[in-house]
Amino acid sequence: MSTALVMFLAFIAVTLYITWWAARRSTGSSAYFAAGRSLTAWQNGVAVAGDYMSAASFLGIAGIIAFQGYDGFMYSVGWLVAYLTVLLVVAEPLRNAGKYTMADVLAYRLSPRPVRAMGSLSTLTVSTFYMIAQMVGAGALVSLLLKDTGLTFHTAVIGIGALMIVYVVFGGMLATTWVQIIKAILLMGGTILLSLLVLNHFGFSLGNFFAAVTQVTYHDAQGNVVTQNFLTPGLRYKPPYGALDLISLGMALIFGTAGLPHILVRFYTVPDAKTARKSVVWAMLIIGSFYILTTFLGFGAATIVGRDFIAKNGGTNMSAPLLAQTLGGDLFFAFISAIAFATILAVVAGLTISASTSFAHDFWTNVLHRGKERSPGEEVRVARVTAFVVGAVSILIAILLGPNANVAFLVALAFAVAASANLPVIVLSLFWRRFNTRGAVAGLATGLLSSLILILLSPSIMKGGAVFPLENPGIVSIPLGFLGAALGTLTGREPEAEEKFTELNVRANTGLGAEKAVAN
Amino acid sequence: MSTASEPNERERSNETIRSADWERVAAMDEFRSLIAAKRKFIAPAVIFFIVYYFALPALVGYAPGLMSRRVLGVINLAYLFALSQFFMAWIVAALYVRAAERFDELARKIIHHLQRQSQGRVKGGE
Repeated sequence: MSTALVMFLAFIAVTLYITWWAARRSTGSSAYFAAGRSLTAWQNGVAVAGDYMSAASFLGIAGIIAFQGYDGFMYSVGWLVAYLTVLLVVAEPLRNAGKYTMADVLAYRLSPRPVRAMGSLSTLTVSTFYMIAQMVGAGALVSLLLKDTGLTFHTAVIGIGALMIVYVVFGGMLATTWVQIIKAILLMGGTILLSLLVLNHFGFSLGNFFAAVTQVTYHDAQGNVVTQNFLTPGLRYKPPYGALDLISLGMALIFGTAGLPHILVRFYTVPDAKTARKSVVWAMLIIGSFYILTTFLGFGAATIVGRDFIAKNGGTNMSAPLLAQTLGGDLFFAFISAIAFATILAVVAGLTISASTSFAHDFWTNVLHRGKERSPGEEVRVARVTAFVVGAVSILIAILLGPNANVAFLVALAFAVAASANLPVIVLSLFWRRFNTRGAVAGLATGLLSSLILILLSPSIMKGGAVFPLENPGIVSIPLGFLGAALGTLTGREPEAEEKFTELNVRANTGLGAEKAVAN
Repeated sequence: MSTASEPNERERSNETIRSADWERVAAMDEFRSLIAAKRKFIAPAVIFFIVYYFALPALVGYAPGLMSRRVLGVINLAYLFALSQFFMAWIVAALYVRAAERFDELARKIIHHLQRQSQGRVKGGE
């Protein structure tokens, strides 16, 4: 049995113990969906960071920087700055005015059933695409890393899916949070260690390190030897549309993060808005440090391991693990690989709980049964069944797509939908008195459809014959989402929604009447 | 109704607020100054960070020559500007947390005000 497998099994054992512990403590809806709203600022902050630093960050970013240099680092920047939108605009009002989901805030002053139905649909869309991307990535990674042990893509996907279902179904938000915290600490530890090894390789001289980055040598597609300065922009995003694509990507990141359901639900797990604010700051410290360190991970892989070797040994996504192997030997390689699995496992668990919460709370209880639980605990039971179904469906789709599916477009789609559909309606319902139900439904529908259609027409799917020239649809679909919401609103008046704006405004800004923590 | 443990501020405030009271709170001077104070910080902060952030992809995309200029040893302007974004985000966050202490203070005042009013109402014998 390989060392990586042993380390991964140890992680599974610890997290299953946490799930058992959480399952014994967790009773009632607020405990299941929001960890009793009793997490502290650092706990939630670390968990937010854990939810955010997915396989796409750890493996993907290191890979893009290793292959395309500076342009990859642009992702790192956007992923942190995005938290200013969360901190300044969304986190506190959401905590003050909502209960379990994003749609709670919308349903506050708008007609609840249509708004919740649409909100739930867009939440499920974002979560599912995000999750399938993680599962496909996980499966491919496992089959590469553990090919000696005989684990295949299918077994890997099924194993990860089954574990995630166990965490969410039995442990709820409390277990998911602690899985997230442990993984975030492991990931940060691994990243710091790997960065130190890279610096050590260059005699702890930043000068030597960056000098090497300006002279990266590799073979291009034609087999010619090329020497490139990897600090130069434009290796990925080239004219004529590169600049627009970069701006479009930036928009999706900056406005999408504040619309990601699995990040938003985290703000319901703390006792009040002030703690929500502090937890964003904790998250920003961790996320920022992590993304700065991607400099060493990505450029380190480019200079020390080299593009040629990575391309022959598993491709871009293997950059960080291969860097670990080169610098720290097989044991460190196993450790970094185990962290990568833990990352994927924790993120899919976070996505599953936000999807199932939205389905149970928004769609089942509030849309189908008009806000009443027919029997005590029904909402939690429905969420557990949903978690099971969501998990099973994702396993199935991931297996159907196979290990070579293009996962980049799935993640791009998740961010684009979050930015184009969710964010406009959240912002408008908090700040625009006139905003109404028609506007919310129109905004959600326009944002969802336009980002979906533009991705289908983009080079990610249509390759050379793309109708829409950008990989990232945000620059068009985000304004369309706002436009849809504004036009929908202006075609009708809803006196009740305007009246209730006062109440929402007072609640969101003072915390009067906010959901309380339950005593443990 | 009495509980064994002392209810916290927010729990008490829940009991004192009624549905018709929202309009009254919204009309309070304290509430208006809270909203004004928040707007005064948040609006410029959001505009600043959005302009600062989008300057990066715009300059990198449209002025690659300028951004490739080496300014610190071999390190170019593009990398330094990207790195500065991290510190910009942390500084804006820190400034916001400091400003928010004052927002919390104003919100506390509103809640105290409401409690005094409702106690007055009870003593007056509704």
